[in-house]
Amino acid sequence: MNPPHVTAPKVIVRDLNFYYGKFHALKSINMDIAEKKVTAFIGPSGCGKSTLLRVFNRMYQLYPGQEASGEILMDGANILDKKQDLNILRAKMGMVFQKPTPFPMSIFDNVAFGVKLYESLNRRDMAERVEWALRKAALWDEVKDKLNQSGTSLSGGQQQRLCIARGIAVKPEVVLLDEPASALDPISTSRIEELIFELKEDYTIAIVTHNMQQAARVSDYTAYMYLGELIEFNDTDTIFTTPKQKATEDYITGKFG
Amino acid sequence: MIPIYTRRRIVNAFNLTAAMLAMAFGLFWLTWILFTLFQKGLGGVGIAIFTQMTPPPGSAGGLLNAIAGSVVMATLATLIGTPVGIMAGTYLAEFGQRGWLAPTTRFINDILLSAPSIVIGLFIYAVYVARVGHFSGWAGTLALSLIVIPVVVRTTEDMLRLIPDSLREAAAALGAPQWKVVTLVTWRASKAGMVTGVLLAVARISGETAPLLFTALNNQFWNADMNRPMANLPVVIFQFAMSPYADWQKLAWAGALLITLGVLGLNIVARVLFRKKTSFN
Repeated sequence: MNPPHVTAPKVIVRDLNFYYGKFHALKSINMDIAEKKVTAFIGPSGCGKSTLLRVFNRMYQLYPGQEASGEILMDGANILDKKQDLNILRAKMGMVFQKPTPFPMSIFDNVAFGVKLYESLNRRDMAERVEWALRKAALWDEVKDKLNQSGTSLSGGQQQRLCIARGIAVKPEVVLLDEPASALDPISTSRIEELIFELKEDYTIAIVTHNMQQAARVSDYTAYMYLGELIEFNDTDTIFTTPKQKATEDYITGKFG
Repeated sequence: MIPIYTRRRIVNAFNLTAAMLAMAFGLFWLTWILFTLFQKGLGGVGIAIFTQMTPPPGSAGGLLNAIAGSVVMATLATLIGTPVGIMAGTYLAEFGQRGWLAPTTRFINDILLSAPSIVIGLFIYAVYVARVGHFSGWAGTLALSLIVIPVVVRTTEDMLRLIPDSLREAAAALGAPQWKVVTLVTWRASKAGMVTGVLLAVARISGETAPLLFTALNNQFWNADMNRPMANLPVVIFQFAMSPYADWQKLAWAGALLITLGVLGLNIVARVLFRKKTSFN
């Protein structure tokens, strides 16, 4: 399959295969992820879209028996290389998960957590960074008076925005969003979508979603995956108006999936 | 009424009754034990218990040396056993996913956990007391710490396993190395549970008699030297309760009540800690 002409790709995926033990979960994926654009991954459950996202920051390596082969080039370097430092890679590839995962500490410390790992800021600079991240995540106004309260005391939608703030506080280059709004109500969802729109000015974003409208609304490029294969990948308008593959059309029109 | 629902209601009522009866049976003996303990022990509890040494038969005295010995040995055993137990439990839950070492360690720990405490006492007797040639407070401490370790290992591992992997992934996704994920996130998330585990271990060793009988033995007098035999509540209770002297028996009851109240207090502290933390999160 031919990737569309992505200008200035941030991440280049070449012949990527992934295995859960013996199960072949990703089959020869080739695609480019554009810099400072939103790339959406859609497809039915189990198609491998979340798996692909977890290969980008090598999250799979936390677990035994999971293996990837092929190449993923970020700024020219293969991140699947054994010599790649995992923690530095993950600091560059921020990730937000399906369920909000606030740490059992204060709102301030949640956001400062990742920053403290790689930078030693003084109190004032850290406070500025935390405010900056919370503002970016559109959460500042709601929490500025209770930064010392536990992060787990927030509502689900606020917790998710806290996790986004925590992710961007470390100033990553790529933000991976794994169904970030699927556990949220419509209002929180639309806030997250607005946020994605703003974030792409500074970051390269990859988002996995089950919600076709969401993919259509927020993304510049869309990839349709099925059973571990990349069926079609193009700019979002083309995918949703004139898909080239019958399978893609069936999926986005709801005949299948 | 549809017959199937009638049947379900009857089955429900029957099972509920059976469960309540089982609970009442258990509670009955428990309250009886507590009642007897208070009835016989309360009379012996006075200020003298905390100010005087264990007496010879026929004269007045208290339990000061035994209380002090128990507190010192239990504290030291906890201080030795807790770090070892927490480290090992953390290894089992967080680091030992691959290979044979973790399953083997877990298996051995389970055996140690259910080993009769007298075996542990005899073990310390054989490897330490017999070689040094005398009973001592250190030997008692060692034996007690060997009881603390498997309890703490087990509760630490169990508590860490309750923490969802998504929390670890979230920390790792920020670029945190694994040791920081463990110390800053998972330990913190399971702190209340781990503290509870340590307190339960303390409660467990507070009443252990068998391992002290072969290690610390007993001492009639005040002793702050850990290299000499050391008085402690369980062995004093054992010795005094078996004696034919009424005043010794009375002191034994008082000591038993003290241990029970101590363990009760620890359990309450553990519960309050746990509840406060969980509602906080």
